Amino acid sequence: MKQVKDFIIIDNCKSGDSYCRMVLSPADGSRLPEMLPGQFVEVGVETPGVLLRRPISINDVDYEANTLTLLVRNAGRGTSALMDMKSGDKINLLLPLGKGFSTDAPQGAKLLLIGGGVGVAPLLYLGKTLKSAGFEPEFLLGARTAADLLSLDEFKSVGTVHVCTEDGSDGVKGFVTAHPCLSEAYHRYYCCGPAPMMKAVAAVARRNGTDCEVSLENMMACGLGACLCCVEKTVKGNVCVCTEGPVFNINELTWE
Amino acid sequence: MANLSVNIGGLELSNPVMTASGTFGYGEEFTPFIDIDRLGAYIIKGTTLNPRQGNDYPRMVETPAGMLNAVGLQNKGVDYFIEHIYPRIKDYKSRLIVNVSGANVDDYAETARRLHSLDGVKAIEVNISCPNVKEGGMAFGTTTDGAASVTRAVRQAYPDKPLIVKLSPNVTSIADIARAVEAEGADSVSLINTLMGMSIDVEKRRPHLSTVTGGLSGPAVRPVAVRMVWQVAKAVKIPVIGLGGIMNGRDAIEFMLAGARAVEIGTANFVDPAVTMKVIDFMEDYCRRHGINDINEIVGCI
Repeated sequence: MKQVKDFIIIDNCKSGDSYCRMVLSPADGSRLPEMLPGQFVEVGVETPGVLLRRPISINDVDYEANTLTLLVRNAGRGTSALMDMKSGDKINLLLPLGKGFSTDAPQGAKLLLIGGGVGVAPLLYLGKTLKSAGFEPEFLLGARTAADLLSLDEFKSVGTVHVCTEDGSDGVKGFVTAHPCLSEAYHRYYCCGPAPMMKAVAAVARRNGTDCEVSLENMMACGLGACLCCVEKTVKGNVCVCTEGPVFNINELTWE
Repeated sequence: MANLSVNIGGLELSNPVMTASGTFGYGEEFTPFIDIDRLGAYIIKGTTLNPRQGNDYPRMVETPAGMLNAVGLQNKGVDYFIEHIYPRIKDYKSRLIVNVSGANVDDYAETARRLHSLDGVKAIEVNISCPNVKEGGMAFGTTTDGAASVTRAVRQAYPDKPLIVKLSPNVTSIADIARAVEAEGADSVSLINTLMGMSIDVEKRRPHLSTVTGGLSGPAVRPVAVRMVWQVAKAVKIPVIGLGGIMNGRDAIEFMLAGARAVEIGTANFVDPAVTMKVIDFMEDYCRRHGINDINEIVGCI
């Protein structure tokens, strides 16, 4: 059930000026609602000049500790204000929103989780969920430089991690599509990152016949399917990314 | 407790709080957060005779204290609404109002005619002010003749039920337009629709919206909206519904003091999906604090 809820910031760990990792718990001590990998929250930002909530994907959920983790990239006024928040501060969330990744696959299926930049965020919770369902997920993570590779150690604790950087400062030099692991057979790719990267991955998936799900980041206002601002062209026409997505199978999209 | 009920040209509302079309979906999107039956009325998405895919993405950009949108009336058409959506939403106690738009006068009239027989639809709001469609929409709302012609045709097609006409602020004299639709039989007017605006990504040297221009809403437009409500309320005898950047109960009262008998909450629904309930709570509290027995007492006291 979707809800609006105040959370307390347990920890807000900055990584340079570009990213922060925020650990949150319900302010009233209530239990977290059930959240699926690939779903997102809309964060209220109380800063002059910022009107709308900011959609942020769910990076991790720990039901035992009753915490929710968000990985935020400093992309403007709203997210910059989130970077500056301190532990103990209150923050208002609308959650859980959207449809997540599919987590069903044949037993022993090889699954590759491909993330670029801050797009790695939802793949941690997805990887953990797949692992507890008995799969051995692998990650292919790309970034501009080694410093932009986020939460590497955590990914490594979940499964094998392949790395690419544009400047070659870690792993294979180039975009994720240049990584040799893509020549291996996988049952499914899960992909989240900049649109050009997801389109390139989708093209690879089409070529080698791999099932592929992507998580879109269209500009949103309400997050509830009411404003119709975040639409994506699909085989069913324009649909709201916030309610029909953010995760889509590439067969649903009209990407060339 | 004070009386909050108001009469908007034959439309009885339990309180003055309504939702603005295009910001509230079909209401169902908001049931996890609010009790729809507590609303005075809920105005649903702009509905047209034929299905519309709307404009290309990107359709929205945040601007200082507001947002620009260019959705372009995406909807599945009036027949789909009547067959598939209306049965799900017709039984709320709150008044259901359908916002109607069209590419030409005949489309407006035909859409209104098809809605007329639905008992659950208590009124229609005719949108002659959408800035985001090439044909129709605002083209009718920016001249007295155009506004009058749509109102006349819809009035004929939609007799004996409350008819609201939603006005554009993108005009020289909104009072003149209001008088023109009043003369053609509108039972009330709502204002303002969005202010036409534009925003450019200076790094990419491209407009933020696929349509270049869009409609500005949110707190940024509120002073303009309050001024226009005040002007129109003095110019016409029919009730005025005020909207434009209402974010809380205080803002809603401001519109009522300026002359609005009811208000619509729009963009604020995107920020706080429960805002409408808080506005009603504020009105009750405001009346108590100010010793007001009937909220109608404060309408237009400026």
